[in-house]
Amino acid sequence: MPVSTVFETKIERVSILDEHGNFDSQLGEGLIPNDDAVAMYKHILVCRRFDEIAFKLQRSGRMGTYPENRGQEVPSLGAAYVLQKKDWMVTCYRENAGLFWRGLPMEKILLHWMGDERGNHIDECNVTPIAIAIGSQMLHATGLAWAGKYRKDGSIACTFFGDGATSEGDFHEAANFAANLDIPVVFVCQNNGWAISTPSKIECSAPTIAQRGLAYGMDCVQVDGNDLFAMVKVMKDATANARENNRPTFIEATTYRLGDHTTADDARRYRDTDELAMWEKRDPTIRLRNYLEQKDLWSSAKEEEQLAFAADLVSAVVANAEEIDAPTTNDIFDSMYIGLSSELQKQRQTLRTSSIGQDPSQIAQTAKEGVVK
Amino acid sequence: MANLTLVQSITLALIQEMEKDERIILLGEDIGLNGGVFRATEGLFQRFGGERVVDAPLAESGIMGTAIGLAMAGLRPIPEIQFEGFMGPAFDQLTNQAARFNSRTRGGLTCPLTLRVPVGGGIHAPELHSDSPEAIYTHTPGLKIVMPSSPYDAKGLLISAIRDPNPVIFFEPKRIYRAFREEVPEDEYTIPIGEARTVCEGEELTMVSWGASVVQCANAIQESGKNIELIDLRTINPIDMDTIASSVQKTGRCVIVHEAPKTCGLGAEIATGIMEHCFLNLEAPVQRVCGFDTIMPYYKLELDYLPDVERIGKAINETLAY
Repeated sequence: MPVSTVFETKIERVSILDEHGNFDSQLGEGLIPNDDAVAMYKHILVCRRFDEIAFKLQRSGRMGTYPENRGQEVPSLGAAYVLQKKDWMVTCYRENAGLFWRGLPMEKILLHWMGDERGNHIDECNVTPIAIAIGSQMLHATGLAWAGKYRKDGSIACTFFGDGATSEGDFHEAANFAANLDIPVVFVCQNNGWAISTPSKIECSAPTIAQRGLAYGMDCVQVDGNDLFAMVKVMKDATANARENNRPTFIEATTYRLGDHTTADDARRYRDTDELAMWEKRDPTIRLRNYLEQKDLWSSAKEEEQLAFAADLVSAVVANAEEIDAPTTNDIFDSMYIGLSSELQKQRQTLRTSSIGQDPSQIAQTAKEGVVK
Repeated sequence: MANLTLVQSITLALIQEMEKDERIILLGEDIGLNGGVFRATEGLFQRFGGERVVDAPLAESGIMGTAIGLAMAGLRPIPEIQFEGFMGPAFDQLTNQAARFNSRTRGGLTCPLTLRVPVGGGIHAPELHSDSPEAIYTHTPGLKIVMPSSPYDAKGLLISAIRDPNPVIFFEPKRIYRAFREEVPEDEYTIPIGEARTVCEGEELTMVSWGASVVQCANAIQESGKNIELIDLRTINPIDMDTIASSVQKTGRCVIVHEAPKTCGLGAEIATGIMEHCFLNLEAPVQRVCGFDTIMPYYKLELDYLPDVERIGKAINETLAY
């Protein structure tokens, strides 16, 4: 036969707790212990409060541009829940829920958006700072995971990016490196349908983004990214594949940002209100709360209590971020290099770039001659 | 002590550092079994194995970006970009990521990596195999840039680059990879980054250069018969202005020679530094002998482009006669 099929495949989609409250007990039973499910629900409420307050801080001029995370809490949280302490989480900017779950102090994220690099100095857990340049972080995750494999310390990396980032060359290079060199990294694409105003069909004309990973020979799966159980399930599979086989996995988590791209954006310019209304019904908190209430693990009273707790916690976080001592001009220089050159030392010391300003003997000379008073 | 070419000296430095430090891994295109297109990594794959000498996919941004991750995890990666003309795809990772991590994390994450890149013209190579982009990267805060001009310097500078806690670009002038041999000690030694070398002392004029052009300068000086001081920068960022300034304060005249285009080349920075530090000492305008502000031509015309003994000689005479 002159023409034969040399490759055939399919993309599976995993859903366990859907927007209507249906729960697939075969896949979902025992996946997340009750206490953990409650803890993660409570955590999302804290993240929602954080988002709300961060938005207000920007609107009231107390913080710079901020990207709301609302609606997209589950992919990073489900991943962080599965990852181990020694693993790396390498994110962009809509993964607050996962970062906070890992132990990143919440004020660090505020500091970042308040224009203070100290928000990126993270000793508390293995996470990299928010990656602003779209797609740049996936290669770093691949390198971090590669180092774990080289050292045989059992660590892996998990990286997050949006649907738009899969158009970037660096995504393809990272996927190619990871698959071909057997690097234990998990790629999580948060497909929220939009790269600012660009719909995902302009980023990818294939039926799924997940299948992009197929081209590199890695396992690929699509998951309901608003379904905590499904996210935990696919992350458990992906991390096992990484840890046991040094194989990468590509996870496409379909989700939606319920807010604008950032505080500098107005999504009404390009997004349909019906689309937003549909996704508001798919809000991950709704189905999770219903699930917990059905199991008698949650109640309106507990909700009130947690909302009050979240409000107090976030207030304290804001106070911490706002009350930190102002950075000093020296900070610009001090972490530029490990060890400053003599030119940088002069710039740091004098805060001048002109040679006369930098060199006291030149100032003396010109002053003496009456050129500079 | 062995009589080595510059490329052999690089191989020796890599071997000696890899034996001492298991954190070092090499990654690049064709660097494994093939030993690199210039054979700089010859025998390393056999000696250290495929886990430490890694044939990477043909993707420069991938090489650079994964090296950043390796470095942030505490390893000491030595990525290789096969030719300077292929640094374009790695530019974003190099300048927007590697150069910035220490600063953007206020010292939380660093990138101790050494990017090795063959650089410059003069070997009859195809298009985009002969450029001199060092000024572009010097204008990127966060990187250090080193370029040796001799086998002895190559080993000492490469060891320093590997041990440096910052990201370093180690440019290897391919025109002199095998142009001459020099005694290179077997023993370990380092040459500090940031210190220029006075190749020969002189009183009448200071000549500043780096990389393969240093050889052209030395030949031009010999041919001129003049009493000229030749300074080899060795490190392009940070520039050792102190050594240059003390020399020009003595001679009062300076000629700067580089392969890269004239406008916004390193010569402009050095000339400004001389103006700042030696204003009252100057007897003549600082002269630049550089590549033209043109695209580096294909190899039939490359010798017309590169500063040679004749062009350097003219600048010497004109500067001395001023």
